[in-house]
Amino acid sequence: MTIEKRSAAFEYAPAPESRSVVDIAPSYGLFIDGEFVEAADGKVFKSISPATEEVLSEVARAGAEDVDRAVRAARAAFGKWSALPGSERAKYLFRIARIIQERSRELAVLETLDNGKPIRETRDADLPLVAAHFFYYAGWADKLEHAGFGAAPQPLGVAGQVIPWNFPLLMLAWKIAPALATGNTVVLKPAETTPLSALFFADICRQAGLPKGVVNILPGYGDAGAALVAHPDVNKVAFTGSTAVGKEIARTVAGTRKKLTLELGGKGANIVFDDAPLDQAVEGIVNGIFFNQGQVCCAGSRLLVQESVQDELLDSLKRRLSTLRLGDPLDKNTDIGAINSAEQLARITTLTEQGEAEGATRWSPACELPSAGYWFAPTLFTNVTQAHTVARDEIFGPVLSVLTFRTPDEAVAKANNTQYGLSAGIWSEKGSRILAVAGKLRAGVVWSNTFNKFDPASPFGGYKESGFGREGGRHGLEAYLDV
Amino acid sequence: MSDHNRLSVFKTYKLYVGGKFPRSESGRVYEVTDSKGKWLANAPQSSRKDARDAVVAARKAFGGWSGATAYNRGQVLYRVAEMLEGRRGQFVREVADAEGLSKSAAAEQVEATIDRWVWYAGWTDKIAQVLGGANPVAGPYFNLSSPEPTGVVAVVAPQESSFLGLVSVLAPVIATGNTAVVVASEKAPLPALSLAEVLATSDVPGGVVNILSGRTAEIAAPLAAHQDVNAIDLAGADGELAKELEIAAADNLKRVLRPQPVDHSRTPGTDRMAAFLETKTVWHPTGSLGASGSSY
Repeated sequence: MTIEKRSAAFEYAPAPESRSVVDIAPSYGLFIDGEFVEAADGKVFKSISPATEEVLSEVARAGAEDVDRAVRAARAAFGKWSALPGSERAKYLFRIARIIQERSRELAVLETLDNGKPIRETRDADLPLVAAHFFYYAGWADKLEHAGFGAAPQPLGVAGQVIPWNFPLLMLAWKIAPALATGNTVVLKPAETTPLSALFFADICRQAGLPKGVVNILPGYGDAGAALVAHPDVNKVAFTGSTAVGKEIARTVAGTRKKLTLELGGKGANIVFDDAPLDQAVEGIVNGIFFNQGQVCCAGSRLLVQESVQDELLDSLKRRLSTLRLGDPLDKNTDIGAINSAEQLARITTLTEQGEAEGATRWSPACELPSAGYWFAPTLFTNVTQAHTVARDEIFGPVLSVLTFRTPDEAVAKANNTQYGLSAGIWSEKGSRILAVAGKLRAGVVWSNTFNKFDPASPFGGYKESGFGREGGRHGLEAYLDV
Repeated sequence: MSDHNRLSVFKTYKLYVGGKFPRSESGRVYEVTDSKGKWLANAPQSSRKDARDAVVAARKAFGGWSGATAYNRGQVLYRVAEMLEGRRGQFVREVADAEGLSKSAAAEQVEATIDRWVWYAGWTDKIAQVLGGANPVAGPYFNLSSPEPTGVVAVVAPQESSFLGLVSVLAPVIATGNTAVVVASEKAPLPALSLAEVLATSDVPGGVVNILSGRTAEIAAPLAAHQDVNAIDLAGADGELAKELEIAAADNLKRVLRPQPVDHSRTPGTDRMAAFLETKTVWHPTGSLGASGSSY
């Protein structure tokens, strides 16, 4: 029996996660002042599964009037919530963390259905981190005087938060946990393609007995986000999303007293030196750009490989990519799920076509794409120069651009040659080289001999046009305190 | 004595850019008067081009200054304080004229300013320990956060406090390893221009601090819009101008420190330093035995 035949004999059997653990209602309202309510103008939109295009639910669509109503609810709740002893706020957050842990299978399936990402990732990465963030910040609520921001740091008031669709529940946790721990109240707008887990979170707030108005959830489009950011009674704006929108928000809050934090785009460099452990590096590269279909702001979307090991590394990488399994996100064997929306798929398609048109060499493993839903095969570009669009623009998809370098200085210069500064990776067995290069990289997170690791105790955020402020850790508290 | 017959020597005030003392590229000057309207000097009226030149100088100096050891930066800053002490009399006269203060009130201001500079000199090698540290992540990783300078910072110096206010906003910017382009108080620029002479004769590398005098709105606008400026301190901008500058700063997502009432006579906190620092977090596997099956 040849090796090929033998491996065919051991084909993966489908291992689908059961959908029965999640009960999605046919319609949802906005969550304002502890109640689910219709939008003032009665507008709704549909949330669909990007893997099948099946309509999952119909969701109320917030407009400016709803934003105003939610901000008023959050303002009304602020006095009592901020006056609670920190130890009481802590207990609410601990309750939320525990309920998330209890319901994590349900939420993982829901998130996979609504977002299109593989269940392996929602189950093993998103949900554990979501619970961990609430657990981490719960513990800060009664210790704020020890956080290094003075003896009696004060909350800001009403926090308006706008989050993206790539990690819907995780981004919610990053925003809501520190806001509540520090005594702020919250109006949060999830993305229009992924509103469902935030609405399930509203139910968790109810189960936890959180006072009404402390958390308000407004599913909606960009207009609702813009209204929230511009609302005169919002004291703090937190946004994760595109750099273009981030700049617009910075202009909107100019001249006001609103505190602003932005987590924006990236074009992370993953630098592989000739002495790197290549097999580990290949795993790190795959994780760096194909995790969550590359829809990650800190993705390692530019591979910078030392010229002398380029061929060897690319051979291994291509071999590894050929083993990635693309398909049903609810299958536990799936590595690559669906792209989140038709719009995002179109953007990835346009940018990759531009890459080819500009002369870069495109490669994808043999890969069958499902007929329904939004899919994009893992893609490599070689013969890429720094001037190429695929080396400069954030694609936000499973697309890796490969560049080469000869010396560490050249690697640093190329890595830093971007408007962004969110993340970077370094692969080398030489400690002094790692430390020297890490020191020179203009990026907020540097992963050496690993990639895409997150933890609530670890600050995350960018330099340059990747935004300002940090989320996570003690640093993440500053965004929600008057310091 | 013969002093009453002697004609004094006026000083030609100049800009400070890249460690040199150029006149404004525009060839313009404007009249600086004391609080009673008496002519003191002609100060250079900087142009957009001067602002751009200053940014180039500040960028050029950034690598060396941010890469210097914190201990070294502390020594350099302390050296500036030594030089300031030696020129106390000059600054007392200039501050008294600029702000219409009695000699003793001006002396108090100058002493507080020198002490403020010393205070920041001592911060250079401590701020990383206060703002950074090890993160106890739930996995086999060594994970460390450290503050790093943002880059080139444009500083719109306070309008009223010509020397104490100036140093209170400049020192935190450079103590942390940034380089600065300072727009001096429009009405009272002379102490700032004289500070440049002190910086030039201490050990501060050329380009680390660049000082421009002129019309605040005219110089600050191109700095706020400049793609190679990383941050801006709006301390000396009034409400309307501050808003305009903040909007311009959004173009490359500059870090913005908005104007706020500050009592410069009080010892500051760390917030002016933190405002122009980035946090870099570096992860590395520890190879802990037993954790997720890895080994070293």
